[in-house]
Amino acid sequence: MIIYHSIVEPFLAYGFMRRALIASLALSLGCGPIGVLLVLRRMSLMGDAMSHAILPGAAIAFLVAGLSLPAMSLGGLVAGLCVALLAGLVSRTTQLKEDASLAGFYLTSLALGVLIVSARGSNVDLLHVLFGTILSVDGPSLALVAAISSLTLLTLAVIWRPLIAECFDPGFLRAVGGGGSVYHIVFLALVVLNLVAGFQSLGTLMAVGMMMLPAAAARLWARDIWSMIVVAVLIAFGSGLLGLLASYNFNTASGPSIILTAGLAYLGSIVLGSNGGLVPRYFPKPHYHTLPQEPAQ
Amino acid sequence: MQNLPGDVMDRLQGPAASIAIRDLTVSYNRVPAVHHLSGDFPPGSLTAIVGPNGAGKSTLLNAIAGVLKPDEGTISISGLAPREIAYLPQRANIDQTFPISVLDAISLGLWRETGILGSTSSDGRSRMIAALARLGLTSLGQRPIGSLSVGQFQRVLFARLLLQDAALVLLDEPFAGLDTPTTTDLMHLIGDWNGHGRTVVAVLHDLGQVRKMFPRTLLLSRDCTAWGATPLVLTPDNLAAAGYPPEPWPAERQRAGAVQ
Repeated sequence: MIIYHSIVEPFLAYGFMRRALIASLALSLGCGPIGVLLVLRRMSLMGDAMSHAILPGAAIAFLVAGLSLPAMSLGGLVAGLCVALLAGLVSRTTQLKEDASLAGFYLTSLALGVLIVSARGSNVDLLHVLFGTILSVDGPSLALVAAISSLTLLTLAVIWRPLIAECFDPGFLRAVGGGGSVYHIVFLALVVLNLVAGFQSLGTLMAVGMMMLPAAAARLWARDIWSMIVVAVLIAFGSGLLGLLASYNFNTASGPSIILTAGLAYLGSIVLGSNGGLVPRYFPKPHYHTLPQEPAQ
Repeated sequence: MQNLPGDVMDRLQGPAASIAIRDLTVSYNRVPAVHHLSGDFPPGSLTAIVGPNGAGKSTLLNAIAGVLKPDEGTISISGLAPREIAYLPQRANIDQTFPISVLDAISLGLWRETGILGSTSSDGRSRMIAALARLGLTSLGQRPIGSLSVGQFQRVLFARLLLQDAALVLLDEPFAGLDTPTTTDLMHLIGDWNGHGRTVVAVLHDLGQVRKMFPRTLLLSRDCTAWGATPLVLTPDNLAAAGYPPEPWPAERQRAGAVQ
């Protein structure tokens, strides 16, 4: 009975818990593959930078339209895309590499955002923008999150092959005339979109946790991209579910509870992960004496 | 080397590619790496580019492949579109830890047929299997590329080149760091490419290998020292003019003597 009370009842009894759960499912489906691609492209800190970069857009929208999700999402999207495109442009036209130019732009953008929020709003507003409240997700914002996830998955399906090719061997893709920068920019736009999706529920700073923690954990379990994505989505959704329950039962803030749960999954994966975790690496099983059969073609 | 399934490498359809270079200069920060170079790679030829370090060999290949823009002069390639060049750079910027299988990696060689969205046809798939067999990789198709040795990985890159089925093949130091059996296998493959009407240009440093296998040579030392039939190009005088040490090593001389 106690299990029912603490695990099932919250979702049956409260609409906001159900919406929060669905929101975290939608977020997991979008952020899982994006995070995995960021990890594989060695751009794990990119999501972090972008999450800071979207702040001024959201802050300006907050000043103009108040606490309106569509306005703040749109503002965040515009600011994020501007920073991503400017950083990409600068790295292609000057001596600076992309990480350096991105660092320059996102820090400027972050300072601008904090300046705007602190000039006009109170600290409470700033906290709301930075950390979000998944329990306040309503119908329209749920629809927005679901739409962004769907768009993400569809777009990824279309540009999957060039994205993977560019990741694996960028020179080859250029040589066969497959472009490269176009897909990179579309991908950056998807990163920003998914951060905006996590905006209302988790806040600008926490949203990136839903993207990177499950993906980094998945790298320690899976050996190919597809299984990495599946593991990442499962970890992300599991963290959403467990984090919400923890937040309900122990009366903790929902966003950090979810991200902390993902963080625990990440720590657990570091220790136990079958693909290069600590335990398999330092307590290896004995080697084979006959070569294992290679699978048939 | 396995028996070749017939469909791995068909005779080239259409005209062979030729490259005409006229007064080509390519420079980095105004310092020319290739300086006023003129000459031709005839259709269906097999040419080695040799020269000391910093002679502009890789720069020339990059310029032919369209990666670098010439400062002056022209490179005209007849008989194909730019993307019909199969180019193997010296240090391909490849992420070897990327979780992708050997089969998926070589499937990129079919890019011209599949493009962004197209699926691999059954013909493409059987060509992939045949390419693996040609390079002795049959049992490794499902392996992640990260688990391959240096030689196996170079074979994978050659399998991908094979699938590209291009009229012009550019290779930059394709045998660097490889053992003799692998070098021999890959050298045979290059010979077959050429035998099937493809134009092959390879940057090499082993002069014995060049004398044995490459009918034509371009000896480069920023300026063109000599360009033509290999025995006429790799003479002691030309080599000295290109900045090679005056006396070749004994082994080098022995192999050279066996050919001349």
